[in-house]
Order: sequence, then structure tokens, then C-alpha cells
Amino acid sequence: MTGLNVAFGIVALVMAVAAVAVVTTHNVVHAALSLVVVLAGVAAQYVILQAEFVGLVQVLIYIGAVIILFLFGIMLTRAPMQRSAELDNDQRPWAVAVALLILAVLVIQLNKSFGGQRIAFGAPTDTGVLADSIFRTYVVPFEVVSILLLAALVGAIVLARRD
Amino acid sequence: MPVTEFLFLSAFLFCVGVYGVLARRNGVLVLMSVELMLNAVNLNLVAFSAKLGNVAGQVFALFVITIAAAEVGVGLAIVLLIYRNRVGVNLDEIDLMKG
Repeated sequence: MTGLNVAFGIVALVMAVAAVAVVTTHNVVHAALSLVVVLAGVAAQYVILQAEFVGLVQVLIYIGAVIILFLFGIMLTRAPMQRSAELDNDQRPWAVAVALLILAVLVIQLNKSFGGQRIAFGAPTDTGVLADSIFRTYVVPFEVVSILLLAALVGAIVLARRD
Repeated sequence: MPVTEFLFLSAFLFCVGVYGVLARRNGVLVLMSVELMLNAVNLNLVAFSAKLGNVAGQVFALFVITIAAAEVGVGLAIVLLIYRNRVGVNLDEIDLMKG
């Protein structure tokens, strides 16, 4: 039991509780704030996995931008700010069954395929190596993603424009 | 560290997201659940990147983060449009294309 395992356990527990809160709470704003905890936990897991740059990007983009978008979405659609019983539909039992089924299949198969395999931590990932990989091996996907982002930006403006 | 710890956590996050997409009525909350699933996938990618000692997993995690940001932008624009036209974002009331 090393310090990393303890850190992983604590963060994972907090993340699990917050993730369940996101999908079960009766308050939309609380759901968004619980999502912040989950996203911060994912960033912490990236740091545990020695992927500092991805963790940093996670904090910047998810917690910095996506959550703000969500809060604006809640505000602009006048979602009920107080407790509301109308946030869930009537297929909850089926949803629980489907989710548990997928979880069981995933856990059994992952345990079968990767049980006992360990991560051997070396030096943390050098961001320079990551940049080399993006701009050499994966430069075409990178450009495609930038076009996609531009298209999404223009599309969002066109959709939300009032005229 | 066993790689399965990360994989199980990621599987759990994904299933919570699946539950959220199926059980929530509010459009914004469904988008949040989609974010949970995307994060589960990213955690998987980075865990395998660390296990295999290959940086490609992290590169693709960055791509997924970018696409998630684009998805939220367009998704919330659509939700806003629906709110403006139908006054309400409950997804089970949106049945214009029902035959």
C-alpha cells in the first residue's frame, strides 16, 4: 500500500460520490457543482498517472470553460433553481438495470483481460514529447480537430442567434 | 499500481453517465451525463498511456477534450433553441418528429 494507492482511493471515493450526486440530485445547480468535483477528481487522477499536461488542460477546459457554459445554460433555460421533482423521467428502474448490466459486463471483462497487470511508473511524461507526438505523428487529426472546433463555434452562433 | 483500479473507476463513471442519460428529463442534465461518459473514456486512455508507456493515449485524450468542448457548445445552443421555441427543455416533451 503506497501513498499513490491511498491518494487514488480517496480521490476515487470522492469522485464516485459526486458522480452519483450529478445524476440523482433534485437541484440542477447542485448537479453542475458536483460535476466540478468529478472533473477535478479526473484531473487529480491524471496527475497520479503522471500526465500533468492533460490534467492541466482538464482543469482549464472543463472546470474553466465547460462548467461555465453549463451554468449559463441552466440560467438561460430558466431551469428550476430550487428542488424540483420533475428532473427524472419514469424509466429510472430500466436505467438502473441497464447501467448495472453494463457495469457488470465491463468489470468482468476488464478483470479477465487486465487483472494483475500493473502500471510501472517511470519519469513523468515530458510535455515536449507530447508536443512532438501531436505535431508530428498526429498533425492531420490535430488540423481536423481545429476545423471541427471552428465549425462548432460557427454552428453554435448560427443556432443561438436571434433573428 | 494495478491498472484495473483505474479501469474499474472509469467503468463506474461511464455507467453513472449511462444512467443519467437514460433517466434525466432536463436537456442540460443529459449533456452533463454525456460529459461524465467522455471523462470516463479519457481516464481509460490516459491509464493505458501510462501502462504502455506510449504517449499516444494522452494525445487522443486531448483530442477528446477538444471535441467534448465543441459538443457542449453546440449541444447547449440546441437546448437554448428548443427552450426558445417550446418553452421548456424536458426531453420527453419534444416529440415533433414522432410519426
